[in-house]
Amino acid sequence: MKQVLSVQDMSVTFELHESEVHAVREMNFNLSEGETMAVVGESGSGKSQAFLAIMGLLAKNGRAGGRAMMGDINLIGMPANELDRHRGKDIAMIFQDPMTSLNPTLKVKTQLSEVLVKHRGFDKAQAVKTSIEMLERVGIPEPVKRANAYPHELSGGMRQRVMIAMALLCQPKILIADEPTTALDVTVQAQMLDLFKTLTNDFGTSLVLITHDLGVVAGVADRMMVMYGGRAVEKGVTDDLFYDPRHPYTLGLLHSTPHIAKRAKRLDPIQGMPPSLEHLPKGCSFNPRCAFAFDRCLIERPPLIDTGNGREKACFYEGPMAYGKVA
Amino acid sequence: MDQTPINLLEIKGLKKTFSVSGGLFSKALTLTALEDINFSIRKGETLGIVGESGCGKSTLGRCILQLLSPDEGQVLWLGQDLTKLPAEEMRMRRQDLQIIFQDPLASLNPRMTVGDIIADPLRTLRPELNKEERRARVLKTMASVGLLPEMINRYPHEFSGGQAQRIGIARALITEPKLIVCDEPVSALDVSIQAQILNLLAELKDELGLTLIFISHNLSVVRHVSDRILVLYLGRIVELATGDEIYEEPRHPYTRALLTAVPIPDPKLARLRNIDALRGEIPSPINPPSGCTFRTRCRFAKPYCAEKRPPLETIENNRLVACHRWREIEVPQEAVLGA
Repeated sequence: MKQVLSVQDMSVTFELHESEVHAVREMNFNLSEGETMAVVGESGSGKSQAFLAIMGLLAKNGRAGGRAMMGDINLIGMPANELDRHRGKDIAMIFQDPMTSLNPTLKVKTQLSEVLVKHRGFDKAQAVKTSIEMLERVGIPEPVKRANAYPHELSGGMRQRVMIAMALLCQPKILIADEPTTALDVTVQAQMLDLFKTLTNDFGTSLVLITHDLGVVAGVADRMMVMYGGRAVEKGVTDDLFYDPRHPYTLGLLHSTPHIAKRAKRLDPIQGMPPSLEHLPKGCSFNPRCAFAFDRCLIERPPLIDTGNGREKACFYEGPMAYGKVA
Repeated sequence: MDQTPINLLEIKGLKKTFSVSGGLFSKALTLTALEDINFSIRKGETLGIVGESGCGKSTLGRCILQLLSPDEGQVLWLGQDLTKLPAEEMRMRRQDLQIIFQDPLASLNPRMTVGDIIADPLRTLRPELNKEERRARVLKTMASVGLLPEMINRYPHEFSGGQAQRIGIARALITEPKLIVCDEPVSALDVSIQAQILNLLAELKDELGLTLIFISHNLSVVRHVSDRILVLYLGRIVELATGDEIYEEPRHPYTRALLTAVPIPDPKLARLRNIDALRGEIPSPINPPSGCTFRTRCRFAKPYCAEKRPPLETIENNRLVACHRWREIEVPQEAVLGA
């Protein structure tokens, strides 16, 4: 499979008044054509910041290091004017809240056609026509009417479709979707996830799906990367991580997620809460919440190592992981 | 299950409308948020209320607590109609009926200490308690929700979302209520914290014999906590049944569609599943479809569904369903759970 993005030793750091916070450290992954990779983690795990860094969208006090190679160009550290040639065209990103990503004062068609005029040199009429076609493609009923509407006149699901349509206009190789369905109702979410599957299959788009919802991951992702405290702690094929998690955090997340078909009396959640990036525990960041932590975990940080079959994990514990402390 | 159910709360013919401005020079429009709401809650049960945004689930919670006054209908608390109670008496009644909100930080006064926030209901409802007694109660309640005693003098901003929600729960518990309305209590929380709070609510319910109304858009969460589940669509009850009945044998096409849309954290099941995707989106409650309001998205709809509104029928096991065609529609199990 052709590789479209290769991230090597990427880091994200934020300058605070008197200190630095490392939001992402030593991130490495490859993304293949037409593949869906889920990035899973809780607040503060660094999952969003990593991809904002790739898009050159970090806050002013943020700094990215390492490389994010798209072919032979490195997106990290690229000046904004140069990045603009690729953003939207080769790599696009959509966000959780479509209302804050759309310009409220411009009609949908104006916002969409602008992309085509700028990146693909279309004339105005041609751009509007193509925009309307794309609206139809992403499942918007009455696309001509919607194209003439302002964002506030559309429902949440409709706005998210407009965002997706905008992201797809230039047929980017890579689409990064940051919690794209979190603000939507389940029925609309299901339509949206279906749309993502069509995209990766029909357009060959590579999708990065950033989410905290393991249900969403199970439905669409080929591979997944679990993040904790700014680092990847487990990576592998989706089924492997669901049915045979090797990192206690992955296992804990699975046990914390209510399953509609399996009603347990009590969930078996991870104790404690996600760490603050400013005060990461010594050794393994997860050790204070881990049921399997031992001496070594308190002192030494486990590196992310390849355990075969395309799997990687960052954990010293090798024994069985029967959870069930509560159940 | 229980032979002599005691109805703690009975809702009869509840209706709530809001007036919506139609623009500067046009006349106000009426939005019907709830209509024909009839159900009862037994002592000690957890009733889940599910539905998509705008279905009226939060409005229903607020009408029960009289935080909003219904236009029509009765809210009977142990036989007493709360809608007719004078304000002062209703205020005292709130000892028994409490609420937990979705956004834990926004629902806590940032200028009050945790101790003062939790003690606040006592000042109004139990003025006879002196300072020491109040403090003792606060500490006891804090312990029961997993807050440490030294947190009593801290301010809300010093807490994470999960801890703030514990403060909200403690505030609801301090008056020793019989019923708590939980309005999306875990939606703003991280997955691991969400599970901790769900477990806490289940423990408290068992320990204190609480009755819970659990409002959420997340069906997996509702399924996990509820004994019975009420499904709302555009302000009307479409189905009410036990959790198992709803999930194993949904009668209403809307319930069925909702269930198939719920993401399952199991890749093999997720692939097997046949999503009964709903067409389109929820119609506007200002101008709802005629007859059955769900017909515009229902793949079983017939012309007569547009003419007559389906009544809320009581079927076997005291289940409620509002659909003209519920008898004719077969629901294959695998469509719902993929198993």
